[in-house]
Amino acid sequence: MSTATTHDAHNEEHPSGLMRWVTTTNHKDIGTLYLLFALMMFIVGGAMAMIIRAELFEPGLQFVEPQFFNSMTTMHALVMIFGAVMPAFVGLANWLIPMMIGAPDMALPRMNNWSFWILPFAFAILLSTLFMEGGAPAGGWTMYPPLVLQTGNAFPFLIFSVHLMGISSIMGAINVIVTIVNMRAPGMTMMKMPLFVWTWLITAYLLIATMPVLAGAVTMLLTDRFFDTSFFNAAGGGDPVMFQHIFWFFGHPEVYILILPAFGIVSQIVPTFARKPLFGYSSMVYATASIAFLSFIVWAHHMFTVGMPLTGELFFMYATMLIAVPTGVKVFNWVSTMWRGAMTFETPMLFALGFVVMFTIGGFSGLMLAMAPVDFQYHDTYFVVAHFHYVLVTGAVFAIMGASYYWMPKWTGHMYDERLGKLHFWLSTISVNVLFFPQHFLGLAGMPRRIPDYSVQFAGFNEISSIGGFAFGLTQLLYVYIVFKTIKGGAKATDQVWEGAHGLEWTLPSPPPYHSFSTAPEVK
Amino acid sequence: MSEAHGGYYVPHGTHWPIVGSIGLTTLLVGLANFLNGSSVGTTMMVVGLGIVFFMMFGWFGQVIRESESGTYNDQVDKSFRWGMGWFIFSEVMFFAAFFGALFYARIFSVPWLGGADVETNELLWNGWEAMWPTNGPGDVGGEFESMAAWGIPAINTLLLLSSGVTVTFAHWALKKNSRGPLVMWLLATVVLGFSFLALQIFEYTHAYHEMNLTLGSGIYGSTFFMLTGFHGFHVTIGAIMLTVIMLRCAKGHFTPDHHFGFEGVAWYWHFVDVVWLGLFIFVYIL
Repeated sequence: MSTATTHDAHNEEHPSGLMRWVTTTNHKDIGTLYLLFALMMFIVGGAMAMIIRAELFEPGLQFVEPQFFNSMTTMHALVMIFGAVMPAFVGLANWLIPMMIGAPDMALPRMNNWSFWILPFAFAILLSTLFMEGGAPAGGWTMYPPLVLQTGNAFPFLIFSVHLMGISSIMGAINVIVTIVNMRAPGMTMMKMPLFVWTWLITAYLLIATMPVLAGAVTMLLTDRFFDTSFFNAAGGGDPVMFQHIFWFFGHPEVYILILPAFGIVSQIVPTFARKPLFGYSSMVYATASIAFLSFIVWAHHMFTVGMPLTGELFFMYATMLIAVPTGVKVFNWVSTMWRGAMTFETPMLFALGFVVMFTIGGFSGLMLAMAPVDFQYHDTYFVVAHFHYVLVTGAVFAIMGASYYWMPKWTGHMYDERLGKLHFWLSTISVNVLFFPQHFLGLAGMPRRIPDYSVQFAGFNEISSIGGFAFGLTQLLYVYIVFKTIKGGAKATDQVWEGAHGLEWTLPSPPPYHSFSTAPEVK
Repeated sequence: MSEAHGGYYVPHGTHWPIVGSIGLTTLLVGLANFLNGSSVGTTMMVVGLGIVFFMMFGWFGQVIRESESGTYNDQVDKSFRWGMGWFIFSEVMFFAAFFGALFYARIFSVPWLGGADVETNELLWNGWEAMWPTNGPGDVGGEFESMAAWGIPAINTLLLLSSGVTVTFAHWALKKNSRGPLVMWLLATVVLGFSFLALQIFEYTHAYHEMNLTLGSGIYGSTFFMLTGFHGFHVTIGAIMLTVIMLRCAKGHFTPDHHFGFEGVAWYWHFVDVVWLGLFIFVYIL
C-alpha cells in the first residue's frame, strides 16, 4: 500500500452553512450527521414509547384508540431500529474507522454522503404515514401478512421507506468494508485492528447479506397487495408463514447488526479503564465471526409457535443455544480484562459495565426463549418484550451512550461534565430496570404484547414499569443537554483524553484535523 | 471539483447525492400515490424518474471525467473493485429472496396444502392434488399453461451465454488495445443482450394473451414473473451500461491496464448471466 498523504489547505473552500452539511464528503461531517439524526430519532421513538407506557399505566383504555396504540408499537420499533440504533452505529463507524485504521477518510466519500442523505427522506416518508387515511402501519414492525396488507393508504409508503432504508444501509456497509480492506495504514494488519473495526467489518457483511432479503420480502408484500401475486396467499399455493421465514432470515442477522458494534465499543472502553490490554483479542474476533455465522441458521426460533416440523423446531432450538458459547466467550473476556486491572469508573466505563451486566441478563432471558417447549409459553408475551429491551436498550443503546462519552472529548475537543455524566448513568440504570424488569414477571404471568388493555391482575407491575419508563424518558433529556453542552464548550481535552487509552485515534489532536491522517501513520 | 492529494484521493463536496435522494423520494412517493389511486401519482413518478436520470448523468459523467483526467490512482481503483463486488453480492441476496420463495413453495407450502404433512387438506381443499406448476387450491387466476423450457427460454440461454463470451473477447481486445475488435465485440454483446430482451417481451406477451399465464396465476405465476421480471430488469440495466461502455470505448476511453468501468460492467453482465442459469434450471426446466 502506498503511503497516503493529504493536504488540508483546501479546507476553506467548503461551502458554509446548510450546504456544507448537505454536500459534504467528509467522514467526520457525515458521522456527525448520522449521530445527530440518530439522536433525533431516539427522541421521536422515545416519545412513542411514552405514549405506549402512558396507555399501559392502568388497565382499560385511557388515552388512545387501540388502532393508534398498535401504530405506536409498530412505529416505535421501526424508528428505534432503523432510525436510532443503526444510524448511531453507522455514525460511530464513520467517525472512528478512518481514525482507527490510519486513513484520511472513508474509501467512497460521495457514496458515504448519499448513504446518509437517503435516511431523512426515508423517515419523512415513514413518519408522514401518521397523518394518512387509515393511520400509520399498525401490524407490527415485522409486517406479517395478511395483517399488514390491511394497512390503509400508508401501506405503499411503509414499503418504500423500508426500501430506502435498505439502500442506505447497503451503501453504508459497502463503504465500511471497502474502507477496512483497502484503506488501512501500512502495518495495520487485520489482527491488529481495534475490535470496534472488526465488529463493524462483520456487521457490514451481515448488512449486505440480509438487507436485500428484506427488500425482497417487502416487495413481495407490495405485489401481493397491488399486483395480484400469491406469495403469501394459501389459496394461490403460497403461504403467509413463508413471509415469516424470509423476514426472519433478514431479521435474525439484523439483531446481531444491532449488537455486534456494541460488542466492539465495549471491547474498546473496558481495556482503557481497566488499564490492561483486552483479554483474548483473537478469541474476540473469532467469537464475533461465529456469532455472525450462527445468526444465519437460527431465524426460525422467532417462529416456534407458528407451525414447523419437529426436526425444524429441534434444529433451530439447538442452533440458537449454540450462540451462547461465543457470547459467553465475550463476556468472559471482558470480565477477565478487568480482573486485577487498575480500574477507574468514569462515565464511559460505567456504561460499559452496565452493558456487561444487563446485556448478560438479556442474553440469559434469550436462552430461556430459545427453548422451543418453553417458548410456547413465552411467545408474544411481555417476557419477550423485556428480553429484547434488555439487549437493545441496556445493550445497544447503553453501548452507544458509553461510546459517545468515551469519544466525545476526541470529537469536540471538550470534556463532558463528569458529574452530569455519572448522574445520567445512574438515573438511566435505575429507571431502565424499573421499566423493564417487571415486564419479565408480566410476561411469565401471561400478559400478551401489543395489546392496549390488560387484565387487572397485571396492573401493579405495569404501573411500576410505566413509572420507570417516564423516568428513563426524562433522564434522556439530561443526556441531550450534556451532549450539546459538550459540543459548545467545556474543559479542554488532551490528545490521549484517557490515561489508559491506546490506539491511533488517540494520537490525533482533539478535535482531530479535517482529514484524519494526512500522512499514513506507521503501525508497529 | 476534486483533486488528488498525494497518494490519496479525497473528493470535495458533491450535490449529486441530494439530487438523487430528492429524485428517488419523488419517484417512490409518486408510485405510492399512484398505487393508492391518487391522480398526482403519475406526474410525480415521471418527474422523480427525470430527476434520477439527471442525477445519474451528472454523477457518472463527473466520475468519467475524473477517471479520464487520471485523478484515480490504484488505491481508488481497488476501492471501486471491492465496492462493485459487494454491490453484486447484495444483488445476489436480493434474488436469493425470490429463489427462496420459489423453493419454499415447491418443497413446503404446496405439498402441505396437498396434505403431505397433516391431512387438513381433506377439510379445507378436499380433492385438490398438489402438483407443480400450480395456481393453488383456489385456482387463483384461472386455468393456465406453464412456460416450456425448450422454446424461447433455451434460445435466450444461448444468447446470454454467447454474450458472456463476446464480452470476454472484448476484454481481450481492450487489453491488447485493439479498438476495432473491442467495439465490435461490445456491439455484439449489446445486440445479444437486447435480443434477449426482445424475446422475453415476446414470451411475456404470449404468456398473457395465449396461455393465461399472468402475475396473478397463483404461486407459479408469482414466482415465474417476479424472478424472470427482475432478471429482465437487470438485463436491461446491464445492456444500457454495456452500451455506455461501448460508446466510451469508441471515444477512446480506457487504457489496456486501467479500465475498471469496463470490468465492473462485465462483472455485472456475468452476474446477470449466472442468475439466468439459475432461472433456466429452477424456473423453466425443473
